[in-house]
Amino acid sequence: MTYNFSFAFLASRWPALVEGVWLTVQLTAVSITLGFLLGTLCAVLRVYGNGFVRRVVGSYVEIIRNTPLLVQMFIVYFGIASMGVKLSAEVSAIIALVINAGAYTTEIMRAGIESISKTQLEAAECLGLSRVNTIIHVVLLPAMERVFPALSSQFVLLMLASSVTSQISAEELTAVANVMQSDTYRSFEVYLIVAAIYIALSFLYRFAFALIGAVLFTRRRKLGTAL
Amino acid sequence: MIQFGSAHVIYIFEAARWTIVLSLIAFFGGAVLGLLLALARVSRLLILRALSAAYIQTIQGTPLLILLFLSYFGLSLLGYRLAPIVAAGLSLTLYVGAFLGEIWRGCIQAVPRTQWEASDCIGLNRFQQYAYVILPQAVRIATPPTVGFMVQVVKNTSLASVIGFVELTRAGQIVNNSTFQPLVVFLLVAAIYFAICYPLSVASRVLERKFNVAR
Repeated sequence: MTYNFSFAFLASRWPALVEGVWLTVQLTAVSITLGFLLGTLCAVLRVYGNGFVRRVVGSYVEIIRNTPLLVQMFIVYFGIASMGVKLSAEVSAIIALVINAGAYTTEIMRAGIESISKTQLEAAECLGLSRVNTIIHVVLLPAMERVFPALSSQFVLLMLASSVTSQISAEELTAVANVMQSDTYRSFEVYLIVAAIYIALSFLYRFAFALIGAVLFTRRRKLGTAL
Repeated sequence: MIQFGSAHVIYIFEAARWTIVLSLIAFFGGAVLGLLLALARVSRLLILRALSAAYIQTIQGTPLLILLFLSYFGLSLLGYRLAPIVAAGLSLTLYVGAFLGEIWRGCIQAVPRTQWEASDCIGLNRFQQYAYVILPQAVRIATPPTVGFMVQVVKNTSLASVIGFVELTRAGQIVNNSTFQPLVVFLLVAAIYFAICYPLSVASRVLERKFNVAR
């Protein structure tokens, strides 16, 4: 083995990596936010909807969770294009990621909602809270607090899975790496660096979610107890 | 343009076999690695705990796609030319091992501490404690999440298409390139994945219900 490692290409090419990171962050921030909203809505429908709605949401969750993200992405990107609607790679990537994140969020939030005891709902009713207010303040926020760790790790996994969007030519970090390695023939170095960047990103995301959790859920801090 | 026909359907179904083969390689390779990692994570030696934790953190923080590129393109640069199935099997094994290791660590730790104390009292050594007391109970706790994780394994094999291994997803791409009917092709591919994964998901839920009642 006579391979010499060289990271010299970084000197001129690091701006491309920064751009790739930035697009990955943008893609995932949008997908996580929209996916979370979609999933929360679906979770509410799954628990409180009528039989038909429940079944539709249930099928959505099962279909998405039992098929690969890559195939979902191909269906969105190539499938929709074949019906005559042209979407850019980035938009297709976001649509696929949102649909995917939505399904996982639904399942996690459903578990949270079902963990809220019935007496809480009765108490809310006694206080005369409207149905919407009850669902938001008595059900959703405490439910979210309980499942927040699961949600955060799911979203970190989603960030890592966003590397798959390089396959439909969204120019995020992995796609940048692919271009860079075919330019420089330094595939081992390029992918090692990118792996390190992803590890750093996943720590960063975990830290960010911990921060969001600390800001959003003040109950534990103020009262010294969990729910 | 070639019409999408029964020959294509057969081609895609035949490629599904490779998805299953790759899933099995990844699962059994990952299971061996995962068991070692799980035991290392609960070891009494600090160095083993630290090393296994570092490995799991590293792999869980890296996209599988990057691991695939590293083992396929990266290693070939270093002089190790791996066939796509070897590269895919290797990176999936490394990946699955990290996740199973962490799942199983939780299951080992979920065995009540009194079981350790009791087996200490009757004079079992560390190996006997694991073999006769702890692991048999941990396996019971671990079965539902492990079956559930197999779904992730099957889905993740789709990434092997990226390095040119002709499994289900790659077969779909090939057929799509000659027929230009992405919607039909990829919906069929998705349906086959679903047919493999859904029974596993259901089994995981059923097992969970069954084992929870027993406890």
